[in-house]
Amino acid sequence: MNDVLDVALRLAIVFAVFMVVPLVVGQAEHKVMAHMQGRLGPMYAGGFHGWAQLVADGVKFAQKEDVVPAAADRRIFQLAPAVALLPYLLVIVAIPIGPSEGAVGQVVDAGIFFVLAVMGVGVLGSLMAGWASANKYSLLGGLRTAAQLLAYELPMLLAAASVAMAAGTVSLPGILNAFEWWWLPWQIVGALVFFVAGLAELQRPPFDMPVADSEIIFGAYTEYTGLRFALFLLAEYAGIVVLCGLTTVLFLGGWHGPLGADGLGWVWTLLKTGVLAFVVIWLRVTYPRLREDQLQKLAWTTLIPLALAQIALTGIVKVAIN
Amino acid sequence: MTLAATAGHPGFLSPTGVEIAFVLVGLVTFGAALITVTTKQLVHAALWLVVALGGIAVEYLLLTAEFIAWVQVLIYVGSIVVLLLFGLMLTRAPIGRSPDADSGNRGLALGVAVASAAALVWVVVDAFRTTWINLEGPAQGSTKASGEFLFRHWVLPFEALSVLLLAALVGAIVLSRKEGKDGKDPGGGVGAKGSKGGPRGKDRHVMRDRTDRTDREDRTARTARTYRTDRQEQSAASREDMS
Repeated sequence: MNDVLDVALRLAIVFAVFMVVPLVVGQAEHKVMAHMQGRLGPMYAGGFHGWAQLVADGVKFAQKEDVVPAAADRRIFQLAPAVALLPYLLVIVAIPIGPSEGAVGQVVDAGIFFVLAVMGVGVLGSLMAGWASANKYSLLGGLRTAAQLLAYELPMLLAAASVAMAAGTVSLPGILNAFEWWWLPWQIVGALVFFVAGLAELQRPPFDMPVADSEIIFGAYTEYTGLRFALFLLAEYAGIVVLCGLTTVLFLGGWHGPLGADGLGWVWTLLKTGVLAFVVIWLRVTYPRLREDQLQKLAWTTLIPLALAQIALTGIVKVAIN
Repeated sequence: MTLAATAGHPGFLSPTGVEIAFVLVGLVTFGAALITVTTKQLVHAALWLVVALGGIAVEYLLLTAEFIAWVQVLIYVGSIVVLLLFGLMLTRAPIGRSPDADSGNRGLALGVAVASAAALVWVVVDAFRTTWINLEGPAQGSTKASGEFLFRHWVLPFEALSVLLLAALVGAIVLSRKEGKDGKDPGGGVGAKGSKGGPRGKDRHVMRDRTDRTDREDRTARTARTYRTDRQEQSAASREDMS
């Protein structure tokens, strides 16, 4: 009975995190972008600086009619948002936020493989949406999504493999337990590759070719309305949270504080994740969109060689230490 | 004697929860695989393949092979199926049925499938006849255990497989090069780069053109055959429509 209660409590907490943190990131995006562009952003909903804007948006989306195009493949069209969103919920279960045993939804032995595998499944949602909409723009968006994923999955995996080599384990809590401060300069190239590849996998600017609104309207999500569209947006923000959390855990030491100040534990994890999320938003405001060929070139000629070099460096240092 | 032997492991007809789950997931996987090869809708087949491959990953999990299960999801569901869907969308992915998707080799394919399935089942049953996985003890398929098995006991087959994959890679490059030469395409012909070797800055148009082109080719192939340039093609097609 106690076990059941424990599992239920953990799932409830993970679900609460999943529902709240992405909205916080979304609201931060509204505000940060606005201030970077010299405007205020939403100011009315909820009173204080428009804090309830996203809740109001959610209510608006729920009221809208749920339209399925006549020529669409109905069932796949309706299933796609769930396929896009659920993987991120599963990934959050495996991300440790604190030093104690209980500070993770579920310890997964092959943690790195679990999170990367499940994150990759989320892209199927975009592909299904792109195909099932029976719209040429959607199909183009789906194609670009697939091409982008194929290009960026490899550098992401290689960068993560470098950390696993350094720690001697593929379990996420295990990596954090093995973390030392000098891993930061040692793995910095891998960290950059991982973060950039993750951005591309999430289709965030400057890698938002698949949803380039000035060319193909909104890519795979063009035909979506109401709640299903909101689910895709939520998947994007959940993706930001997951990517920043993973980068924190793998490369920035998670709950380890600077100068041995580990006492705060989960606060460090949240802080680092928050700073990375800010960087994600910052990049969106700063950089123009990469063209499809530039995007592929960046992946195949820059990120993959860098990731391979990082793995070689990790191996050499590892052997030298032993 | 037989009583003592059966007392060592659970009996065949007293299934535990894990065994029941294993059989149920197996049935779902089998059903999804059947639909994959019988459905007339191409993209649905690819998506049912996701269900089948995911089902196999769950089976690995139930056999305590956690590492293999996640690698299965990562490689097959996350990459191979995405590649498959990419290929389908790039060439032909109609919504609805494609009546020409059937092959004349159905019977032959069925025979090969049954034969290979029989061989696999026979080998596996013969190898693991009385082996039971102890679910209570430490996980036997953990990453550590898999790694030790792979790189201590089975290094040679592992490396041989890598060489095989390398050969496949080289083969793919050779094949795509040959195609480029035949087509006398100055831009392409450099293996994987060929598909993106178009003029810079026009890639998005290239992509859009490609989907349009396949549509157009379908249409013109039905009406007429011999044209040299796109313009002639269009004018000739309209002429034929007039007559």
